[in-house]
Amino acid sequence: MNLEKALRKWWPVFLLPTVAAFIIGFAYPFVQGLYLSFCKFITINNASWNGIANYAYALQDKEFLHSFLFSTAFTIVSTLIINVVAFAIALALTRSIKGTNVFRTVYFMPNLIGGIVLGYIWQILLNCVLTLLEKPLLSLNATYGFWGLIILMCWQQIGYMMIIYIAGLQSIPTDYLEAAHIDGANSWQTLWKVKIPNVMPSITICLFLTLTNGFKLFDQNLALTGGEPAHSSEGLALNIYNTFYARSGPQWKGYGQAKAVVFCILVIVISLVQLRATRSKEVQQ
Amino acid sequence: MHKKNRIADNILSVILSILSLAWIYPVVMIFSNSLKQENAIGTATAFQFPNSETYAGFTNYINALQSKGFLTAFWYSLVITVTAAALILVCCSMCAWYITRVKTWYAKAAYFAFVFSMVVPFQMLMFTLSSTADRLGLSNPYNICIIYLGFGAGLAVFMFCGFMKSIPLEIEEAAMIDGCGPLRTFFLVVFPILKPTMISVGILETMWLWNDYLLPYLVLDRTKGYQTIPILIQYFRGSYGRVEMGPMMASIMMTVLPIIIIYLICQKHIIKGVVAGAVKG
Repeated sequence: MNLEKALRKWWPVFLLPTVAAFIIGFAYPFVQGLYLSFCKFITINNASWNGIANYAYALQDKEFLHSFLFSTAFTIVSTLIINVVAFAIALALTRSIKGTNVFRTVYFMPNLIGGIVLGYIWQILLNCVLTLLEKPLLSLNATYGFWGLIILMCWQQIGYMMIIYIAGLQSIPTDYLEAAHIDGANSWQTLWKVKIPNVMPSITICLFLTLTNGFKLFDQNLALTGGEPAHSSEGLALNIYNTFYARSGPQWKGYGQAKAVVFCILVIVISLVQLRATRSKEVQQ
Repeated sequence: MHKKNRIADNILSVILSILSLAWIYPVVMIFSNSLKQENAIGTATAFQFPNSETYAGFTNYINALQSKGFLTAFWYSLVITVTAAALILVCCSMCAWYITRVKTWYAKAAYFAFVFSMVVPFQMLMFTLSSTADRLGLSNPYNICIIYLGFGAGLAVFMFCGFMKSIPLEIEEAAMIDGCGPLRTFFLVVFPILKPTMISVGILETMWLWNDYLLPYLVLDRTKGYQTIPILIQYFRGSYGRVEMGPMMASIMMTVLPIIIIYLICQKHIIKGVVAGAVKG
């Protein structure tokens, strides 16, 4: 291998810049974060070993457990709604009706606007609706906060998932659809027996993205409800953030870091399980 | 049969049109409110379009531009997004080339570390990252791109590697035989082939960089007045009691409009980029 040999000694040019930045921006803080989750600290320099006390506290913290339930419920509901609606829209848009491009452009648009800005836009809108209905505002009622977040995330993500589903549906060979048609399959059968098995890779990706986005939800949560009232609309990420920065006292940062490690493990496990589960259902093309 | 399909298509078109109105409305609402006078913006009246009494012209926009640091925030956001995206594209494509072409244990280990970093949530390292950045003097908008290179490398390297595997080795070896060193081979031969992936990665990273809130909020030194647009918007409602809704609406509009315009101009690339990123992801 001529190329490999010549290239190998060039690692300081090709490999080093990215790897060095990666160590500064990810690897070192990650390892240090793991270590600090066993410590009591305010700044990094005065950390003292604290054993598993932080984890013991974090797992007993009622607010943390509540935020876990909140995030889980949010993730399940939003994953279901987003994927079903996005898939339905993708099916509609692959039927070659007029204006497909315009619809696609419009539905995708919210993805380009950041979570903080979206959160405020929807806070103003939903509060106005609630005021007109003479109901309490978003920040006063956790149920409205929950559904407000669901509406916001659907509005943002349906377009993104729709794009992926459209690409999946368009890549199904037309022979398959014609064969199904000749065999006398109606459109319902075609959907379940031909289309869905063949877009399984897209479904894997979309489920993966919506699941992890649901758990990692932060900006929208912060901007739309801020966890109000009394931390009851707080997702995991926001709870960790508040433990770190909204409390004073030497113990809180350790608790926050321990919660963050638990959160991190949770996200990794979900990603692995989910990928494995849907990968096994994919159809070989 | 044919007629029935037509009717179904028409019904679908109507449903999709209504849905797209629901998709556009929030932005329209912000725009209509940004043209109103301060006292006419309230939770009960957000749906009302401005009338002759409440119409404020562009005063909110002028206020936002003059007083609230919008232009500085816009400038910092722009600097961060452009430098970080450029750095990520150049460094990560080089890194990905090395990883795919050189089969050593450390190249493989680096690849797995990059992929792993894509899954880890930011909360895991937000505290340690901000103090590391502080100590290394990376907490200003001109150096923060190094942090972004490290944190954004996962997705970029992963996507570049996915594409790089499909480039035939012969082209590069031919260039080497013709006397190009690795650097010239990369920039004259590989770089141009990577163009479509460059666009995809660039778009995904730019979308993330421009809208990122928590990382710059924690890393940038706010005592020196460094803030990006998402930080500014969050700050508006922040600690100062009464919110000035007019300038806030105008700022939101001025944040959203350039994005929408850029989107409408290069939507084909953006949508393609998203699909490519998703399929590789």
